[in-house]
Amino acid sequence: MTALAAAEHISHQFGPVTVLDDVSLTIAGGSYTVLLGPSGSGKTTLLSILGGFLHPARGRVLINGVDCTGMTPARRPTATVFQDYALFPHMSIGANVGFGLRMKGVAKGSRETRARDMLAIVGLAQSFDKKPHQLSGGQRQRVALARALVVEPAVLLLDEPLGALDLKLRRQMQDELKAIQKQVGTAFVHVTHDQEEAMALADHCVVMNQGRIEDEGTPERVYAQPATRFSATFMGESTLISGEVTSVTGNAISINTAFGTLPIIATAEEGAKVTLAIRPEHLRLIRDSRSISFGSAEVTAVIFQGSFKRVVAVSNTLSGPTFVAKIPATHEVAVGDTVTPCCHIENLLLLTK
Amino acid sequence: MVRAVSILYATILYGFIFLPVAVLVLFSFQGTLFPIPPFNGPSLRWYEAVLGDERLTAGLLNSILVAVVTSAIATFLGFLSAWGFARFPLPGSAFLRGLITLPLTVSYLIIGMGLLIFFNWIGLPKSLVAAGIGHVVINLPLCFAIIYSQMGDHQANIERAARDLGAREWQVLTLVTAPMLWPALFASFFLAMTFSWDEFVIAFLLTRFDTTLPVEIWNLLRAGLNPKTNAVGALVFGVSIILAILFELVAFRKRAA
Repeated sequence: MTALAAAEHISHQFGPVTVLDDVSLTIAGGSYTVLLGPSGSGKTTLLSILGGFLHPARGRVLINGVDCTGMTPARRPTATVFQDYALFPHMSIGANVGFGLRMKGVAKGSRETRARDMLAIVGLAQSFDKKPHQLSGGQRQRVALARALVVEPAVLLLDEPLGALDLKLRRQMQDELKAIQKQVGTAFVHVTHDQEEAMALADHCVVMNQGRIEDEGTPERVYAQPATRFSATFMGESTLISGEVTSVTGNAISINTAFGTLPIIATAEEGAKVTLAIRPEHLRLIRDSRSISFGSAEVTAVIFQGSFKRVVAVSNTLSGPTFVAKIPATHEVAVGDTVTPCCHIENLLLLTK
Repeated sequence: MVRAVSILYATILYGFIFLPVAVLVLFSFQGTLFPIPPFNGPSLRWYEAVLGDERLTAGLLNSILVAVVTSAIATFLGFLSAWGFARFPLPGSAFLRGLITLPLTVSYLIIGMGLLIFFNWIGLPKSLVAAGIGHVVINLPLCFAIIYSQMGDHQANIERAARDLGAREWQVLTLVTAPMLWPALFASFFLAMTFSWDEFVIAFLLTRFDTTLPVEIWNLLRAGLNPKTNAVGALVFGVSIILAILFELVAFRKRAA
């Protein structure tokens, strides 16, 4: 896949607060990029800069190889789906969707045909003559999507598009968004703070925190091999055990932790402060022959979640971590029990940042 | 007991407010020469007399003209200034907004005198145009306040969406912002018309030969009371009521939506 759009070395401040600090991002043609981060991470600011609603203090934006940094939103080949949909309340759904074409001077007849076609793609062919207030939240969301897609942008920008929907509708719209993106083939850039949404939608997942990109890659890679402590805890949960590299022999290193020295296969510098992360599905509460054990821990919470139980346990070891495990729903465990957390050595993830 | 007292109190209060108007309207239908009891109508002779009076009908037309034109101008200017204050960060924005609404608190007499002296100085003669400018001055703050109160951040986002889809600034204003604010624009237009319609002091100070209906009525009153003054007063009152109802309708619809 080729680079369709790029943000290069973007920095931006709101007053004294740095919201983006030297961020670079490449968007491949036809890809679904998700910017994932907590509020204040700079993800929405980055989207606004891509859309032209904000001009960055430093850095530039390239789309199709053209420098768009100073271009107004109207002139750049992007279209935005706003979180509150921002439909024109006084216009029919058809006129809403046709608005962008009208501004481009497309004749009424072909404008209506194209608006109808786009409404059919989002599943709202029947609503052409309705007004926005007659539609439900999910339907308005689709109108906003159709209105932005009909102008055939090079990049479609979505600002927390599912944020205002309830959970069930959210998951449903999520599937539809992905299907529509594959159908139209436009590159989507989607901002969210919901990691499940990010994992379900993204081809390319960008984890942001405090104005920087912490990690980016396929969601599978980001989940399986998070680059930083933040990424390991924000994209899915993790148990974090801190330690220090005591010796390096070839590609085997030894890490000194509260639970003794753990040998793992990875590269790191001797003396480096590192963190070992364990995903909850890899953490076990019953030992087997291949496990490394982490002392004992007292269960503080058991949350039944249907197909599994989420167990939180506090280590009895001095300066030990809080363990988070997903165990089979059939497993008997109660608050106050003492358990022996352990995991297989290949499931220890080394984080150096 | 408490209930009976409340009803009595309300009756007296509303009577105090509306009795003079009721008497005015009643005696506009008087059959004889004087608007005093006993009532011996109803008769439409005084309405005929009003419509047959060239000065009064000219004043009526002038009043309509001034009310419509100045309200349209005040609404237009109020819309633009509200848009400017709502959408652009201006230095001293709160102070300037206070300044633009300040004429609401200044008496019409002071505004009229100020304009009279100023127009005299720049050589603009007393005329309907001068009075019209005065009416824009008193109604602009009102229109601004009504329209500004209806401009929220949600609409700013809708304008942003229009710009994103390629609309130029004037297209955003005419195709999106103004249509979204129709209820507020109509409400401020009708309210401004109500105020312009029965405004006396400024029109009295700033017009000479062609003048508005309230000034003509004052001229008529100088010759003494007769049912003709009641008839023209009832006409003015009727128009004010219609405008007030129109204002309530559009303002109420906005709140319901």
